Amino acid sequence: MSADQSPKIVIVDESPIRAAILEEGLREAGYSDVVHISEMQSLLARIYALDPDVIVIDLENPSRDVLEQMFQVSRAVRRPIAMFVDQSDAASIQASVDAGVSAYIVDGLKKERLKPILDLCISRFNAFAKLQDELDRAKSALEDRKVIDRAKGILMKLKGLTEEEAYILLRSTAMREKKKIGEIAQSILTASEMLK
Amino acid sequence: MTAPLHIGFIPLVDAAALIVAVDKGFTAAEGLDVTLVREVSWSNVRDKLNIGLFDAAHLLAPVAIASSLGLGHVKVPIAAPFNLGLNGNAITVSPALHAAIVGEVDGDPFDPMATAQALSRVVAARRKSGAEPLTFGMTFPFSTHNYQLRFWMAAGGVDPDEDVHLVVLPPPYMVDSLASGHVDGFCVGAPWNSVAVDLGVGHILHFVSDILVRAAEKVLAIRQNWAEKNPEVVAALIRATHRAAEFIEQPQNRAEAARILAQPERIGVDADVIQRTLDGRLKISPDGTMRESSRYLLVAREGAARPEPLQAAWLYAQMVRWGQTTIRPEALRTAHAVFRPDLYDAALGRQGKSTDASDAIGAFAGPAFDADDIAGHLAAFEIGRRKP
Repeated sequence: MSADQSPKIVIVDESPIRAAILEEGLREAGYSDVVHISEMQSLLARIYALDPDVIVIDLENPSRDVLEQMFQVSRAVRRPIAMFVDQSDAASIQASVDAGVSAYIVDGLKKERLKPILDLCISRFNAFAKLQDELDRAKSALEDRKVIDRAKGILMKLKGLTEEEAYILLRSTAMREKKKIGEIAQSILTASEMLK
Repeated sequence: MTAPLHIGFIPLVDAAALIVAVDKGFTAAEGLDVTLVREVSWSNVRDKLNIGLFDAAHLLAPVAIASSLGLGHVKVPIAAPFNLGLNGNAITVSPALHAAIVGEVDGDPFDPMATAQALSRVVAARRKSGAEPLTFGMTFPFSTHNYQLRFWMAAGGVDPDEDVHLVVLPPPYMVDSLASGHVDGFCVGAPWNSVAVDLGVGHILHFVSDILVRAAEKVLAIRQNWAEKNPEVVAALIRATHRAAEFIEQPQNRAEAARILAQPERIGVDADVIQRTLDGRLKISPDGTMRESSRYLLVAREGAARPEPLQAAWLYAQMVRWGQTTIRPEALRTAHAVFRPDLYDAALGRQGKSTDASDAIGAFAGPAFDADDIAGHLAAFEIGRRKP
């Protein structure tokens, strides 16, 4: 690989969405040679065949231990692999572990060239985590709304309330008990299950 | 209560003392506020311990030594004041390889020398017929599994780097890989050998206690400088873990311990499989054949919990034998110093005694281990990757 050529980057990630976000980020930054591996079977053989300069892996992936084998002296390893940072760069390790990503560099690539790649991975991983978080919250909001609707139905039937009255009752109870309206609705569902 | 402690672990039965210490409230009784964090890879456990996200961890004994020596990764001195288990691994092979080895065995199939020599004949026959070399899985380059597998096959004349493929596989992937034919055998801790047998895709060929009578497997690892700054916390942690280890070793407590360990956020497999491991009573063949051993996994009995520096020296010798490092007297001293019986003895208020060198390892082949002459000891083994 010459100095100005784009290094070959392999992304090892079982999450196709996160890998796509990362790949897009890398391409936007001008890294054109990016390959995503999502299949963990025969991981090492695939990596050897691709012969990358940088390997990025998510920390939730048990196959990280497989990559550690590449540090070992063995006939199978053509180019030895080093950890992405030297001991002095504790902040980088911390940031990447917090973000949930780790990168390995293959001998021959200068460490300075890895730094922007790693920084980009960290920010994209964090962006993905935020997205995931928002998605989870939206899901649970939707879940809450379903529960509230069912609780309203029970109150309307048992107490002969209108929909609005049922909602006001739920809301005022939640305020009095200092709980979320979804929690009050859930306890109504649970109670009505038990009393069936 | 002390400041909250975060302790990492991998879901394996030899994390038992640590998990029971927390879930039975033994750590709380010592005034410790511990949160256990389940991890997916040894690399993660090592890195999170190294950078301080974990205060302590369930760790492969060789990783604690490799970290202290700066092998394979950044150098962070680790102290191991408690041995979480001796032995506990097994070698499991596919039904096809099992049949091939049994067909070649001359003598007792539980004798590791007989099976290693049989493996050697199987390997030779495969080479002659142009078949692919056999592939064996193990958990980490710096693992007892790696060294036990190598020690066993090399004794029978099989060169683990030339005659077969050795590959790292995360424990949860072992069984699938055996079923799919990606590997022909593996060496791993509990419960994965039993899972393979229960699914009918593997036979347990050896308990690793057939290969070595005593092998330090996992340790409670802490950063050395953290241990120096927090001696009271370390002592309290040792006492709580020790209490749990002794609890687990009482046969009447095994069912309760197994239930605790079986929880989904802990090990997450059937309590029954875990109890078989603790009892050393394992189904070794899909046809239901059982095998019992008092040496399968030692948590506290026979002084198993006390870290033994000789064990660290033996592990260092294996790193030398297989070319992971070279012999240096100061490296041997560093390896020795990782295991801390002094901290163990002080925490429990005991006067400990180190085991006699001649019987402490108990390998089935080669001369008794001599920590004072590792070069001489290794010279007795024909196969190896020693670097000058």
